[in-house]
Formats: sequence, C-alpha cells, structure tokens
Amino acid sequence: MSTTTPAVTTTPTPAHAAKKGKPELSEGARAERRLGFMLIAPAVIVMLAVAAYPIVYAVYLSLQRYNLAAPQNKAFIGFANYAAVLSSQYWWQALWVTLIITVFSVAITLVLGMLLAMVLHRTLFGRGTVRTTSLIPYGIVTVAAAYSWQYAWTPSQGYLSAAFNNSAPLTNQVQAIIVIIIAEIWKTTPFMGLLLLAGLSLIPEDLQNAARVDGATGWQRFVKITLPLMKPAILVALLFRTLDSFRIFDTIFILTAGNNGTGSVSILGYDNLFNALNLGIGSTISILIFICVAIIAVIYILGFGTAAPGSDIGKR
Amino acid sequence: MAVITPQRRIGWLSANFVVIALALIPVLWLVSLSLKTPTAILDPSFIPSQWTWGNYSGILTSSQFLRPLLNSIGIGLISTIIAVGLASMAAYAIARLQFPGKGVLIGMALLIAMFPLIALVTPLFTIERALGLFNTWPGLIIPYIAFGLPLGIYILSAFFREIPWELEKAAKVDGATPFQAFIRVIAPLAAPGMVTTAILVFLACWNDFILAISFTSTIASRTAPAAMEYFSGGSVFTVPTGPISAAAVVITIPIIIFVLFFQRRIVAGLTSGAVKG
Repeated sequence: MSTTTPAVTTTPTPAHAAKKGKPELSEGARAERRLGFMLIAPAVIVMLAVAAYPIVYAVYLSLQRYNLAAPQNKAFIGFANYAAVLSSQYWWQALWVTLIITVFSVAITLVLGMLLAMVLHRTLFGRGTVRTTSLIPYGIVTVAAAYSWQYAWTPSQGYLSAAFNNSAPLTNQVQAIIVIIIAEIWKTTPFMGLLLLAGLSLIPEDLQNAARVDGATGWQRFVKITLPLMKPAILVALLFRTLDSFRIFDTIFILTAGNNGTGSVSILGYDNLFNALNLGIGSTISILIFICVAIIAVIYILGFGTAAPGSDIGKR
Repeated sequence: MAVITPQRRIGWLSANFVVIALALIPVLWLVSLSLKTPTAILDPSFIPSQWTWGNYSGILTSSQFLRPLLNSIGIGLISTIIAVGLASMAAYAIARLQFPGKGVLIGMALLIAMFPLIALVTPLFTIERALGLFNTWPGLIIPYIAFGLPLGIYILSAFFREIPWELEKAAKVDGATPFQAFIRVIAPLAAPGMVTTAILVFLACWNDFILAISFTSTIASRTAPAAMEYFSGGSVFTVPTGPISAAAVVITIPIIIFVLFFQRRIVAGLTSGAVKG
C-alpha cells in the first residue's frame, strides 16, 4: 500500500481525461491501472492457486502411473491412463448416466421453472409467501434433501414407497435414476423459476395487451411474444443449470452411492481416488470431465453469441 | 391486465397452493421422521404415531454432531468474510477502473464458477496432503474462498454498476484519493450488495459436500453435511434414520431463517447480471 499512495494522490484531472479514451497514459491513468491490479490481485492469486494450478497438476498426474497403494511404482506412462479410461465400460456408463440425468432434469426443470415463474408473475395475493416457500428447496442442503428422498423411498418406512405398492426403486437402475432426476428437479426448479421470473418481468405489459386486443390466444402470446423476448434469460438459466447438473454428486452419493449402475462421472472420479487410491486414473477422469464441461460451455456460448454472461462487463 | 374473474382467482390460488405443497412436503417429511420413535419410523405414515424429542437430544449432546456443526459455522463464516472482502475489491476494480485484462479476469471467474469440483478434488487432495492442510480448517476455507470468489465478483460487479458514481467524483474533487473514495463513499452504498453476496457465499459453503468429505478425515474439521454419513444407529444393523433426519432438520433451520429474512436480497443476488448480462 505504502509504495503506491504518493502516485495515487496525483489522480484527479488526468484520470478523467484518460477515461474519455485518450490512448496515451497519463500519470493518473497509470495510478488507476496500478490500483486496479492491486485490487484484483488477491482474488486472482487465490483463484489461480486453488483452481488453475491444480488443473495443470492434474494434467501432469494423469500422465503418470501413480497409485497410493503402490507409490514406488510411480512412472511416466504417456496417455496410457486415457486409453484405459476411454476403453473402460465404467467411464462410458457413468457418462451416459450423467448425460441422461442432465438432459431430463434440465428439460423438465425448464418447463416447471417456466410454470413457476408464471405463477409468481401473475399471483397478486401472497406472492411473497409463494416466493419464500419456493426458495426453500434452493437453499436446503443437498445432502439433507437427498436423505429425505432416500427415506421416502425406503420400503415399509417411506410414504412414497408405501404409495407405490411398497416398491424399492433405489435398488433398480432405471427407477433409481428416475428418483435421482426427481430429486434434482425438486431442488433446482426454484432457481430456474427465479431466473426466468426476472426475464419475464422485463417484458412490457403493453405488448401482451396489444396482442390480446388483436385477438391472440394465451398460447399464441406465449409462443410469439414471451418466449422470443425471454430467449437471453432462458439461455443463461439453461447454461447454469446444465453445467451444474453435469457435475451431480451429492444426491447420487446419498441415494445410491452409485450402486446398480447409477454413478455419475463425478462419483466415478471420487471412487477412483478414495476407494482405488489411483491418483493417475482419478486425474485422468478429472481432465476428461473438465473437457466435457468445456465442450458444453462452448456449445452454449456459440448459441449465446454476444449475450454471453459477463460480456457486457468485459466491455466496460 | 385481463379482468380477474373468480374462477381465474381460484385457479391462481390453487396454483400457489400446489407450489407451496410441492416445496414443503420433502422438508416436512424430514421433520416428521426426526420426531418419530424408532418403532414409529417403521410406519410410513406422515404423522408420527409415537412422538419423541430423543433424536434431537441425542445429536445435540453428541460431539459427533456438535463439533461438525461448529466446524460448519466457523469455516462458513471465515470463508464468507474473506471471499466477500476480496470479491468487493476485485468487483470495484472491474466496475470502476480502467486497466487491461478485465476480460481475462471475468472469463477466469466464469470458468471457475462452472468448474466440475470433482476435477479439482484429486489434485487438491494430493496438494493438501503435501502441505499438511488435509483435515484442517484452512484446508476447506481456502477452496471455499476460491469458489465463492467468482459468485461474489459476478454479483458485486453487477451491484456496483448501479451505484451513483457522481458521488465518488464529488469525493475526489473534495480531495479524496480513489482508495478513500472507495472506503468512505462507495462501501456504505455497496453494503446491501455485499450482504446479498455474503448470504449466497455462506449458503454455498454450508451446502458443500464433495470437498467436505474429500478433504477431511475426522470430526476435527468435518462439516455437518459430511458428518451425517458417519452417524451410527443403535446397533450396526440399525440405520440411524431418526438422528440423521434430526441433523438434517437442524442444518436446514438456518437456511429457512435466511430465506424468511433475506428473501428479496437472495432473489436479487441470484438474478443479478444473469438477466441484464
């Protein structure tokens, strides 16, 4: 702090000149720039240390044969770990399970979130109550919610199991995945609903009224006015939800622990680290998950174009 | 606005009712289980046939839950305070100052916000063991700060853009340095945004499970959600349904309080930037 204070005090007039877009750097602009770097430095250092460095380290580990059960056998083995993972049925099954959970939960959450947003938007009475209540699934600890679902589906103890003829869906692959998707939908619909509500409230009421006067039905107004105007909000909400859903871990860990072919890629990575103690394979799975997430993000951002989140901040 | 007919009103009211019921049933089920005696747990009805406070008195006198609860509160608060502090500085710089590399910073924050956490668990586990951070408070606090920062930078830079900056200019004309202008003028105006951010970052720390089970091995640093896994029943053959449900209710109570008191702020924080952006 002490080294920059003298420079900063000379700021006033030149800084404003620089802000108007003059290319040359005045004393004040340089001071402003230095302050900017100082202010972001701590955040950048923490993020680099905890996220960027480990990813680089994971790339290095993924090229090693490295098992904590036999650390003396550590050796550079090139892409052999990748070959092992990509030729393993466990990886592909986990990837399929993850994709199925992601696609179904995000799609259904979008529809339900839209309905929730419309209820919240149109409700005149008790809007606060409904909004507060619908925030509870969003806020509740995922693990706590997962236990609720697990006990609800436990035969001879759970109300849902009892309602469905004392069934035990968590012991069956397809049924367990359906239960996981339901739990995921319950947890994330409020978030989706609130994001969409914010988009919905930006649509001018006049536009809806004009269309109503012209004889458009409710469905026509929804498809022709509401949806197009909400496209940016929908895309942002979808991107967040898709990336979040792809890394699903807590719910599956509690509900099935990944048994009966219900494990997601995150569960697979965790098992490789803590049950097989295989750092090489575990890191390889980490890198592959990272690549999958990057692909999903790129697909969405190409769809966004300039409406990508943060792009307007970046231009400032 | 169309005319509100009685049928329409009933329609919306019942829609409200459905929303509230769907949101609350799984929570009420946990409350019900937590109040059931071990015998009553074997009865799937929603209303307990036999009531007991035993599950609560059990966990609230056991260090197996109290210590993790303390860890959750301590680790969550420390991570939140540091993350919001660092994020405010960075967000101020992004919203107000001219310097190169802003786009890179935003990109990096977004990338980290979207990171699959499991991808970092393996390398961080190795690093933490080497540095002696494994199974310590800082071993969780440092990653929580790192993952709170993108959220904080994102929400706060959206809030900071709404602040009337003429006031800062006025302060500078009166002879304040940019640093003084930040502390004396802007920080008080930014306080609501910082409260919002703090709530969301704290909820994220409170909620975390994957890092908590990966980087802890004893109750010295295990947080409450991770500790529930290790509860034991009356015998090895008994699933501790009652105690786990009671613990789940206890860790849900702060969330419900937050939601009741800060509903507007939470909604504003969740939707800031996302829609304008």
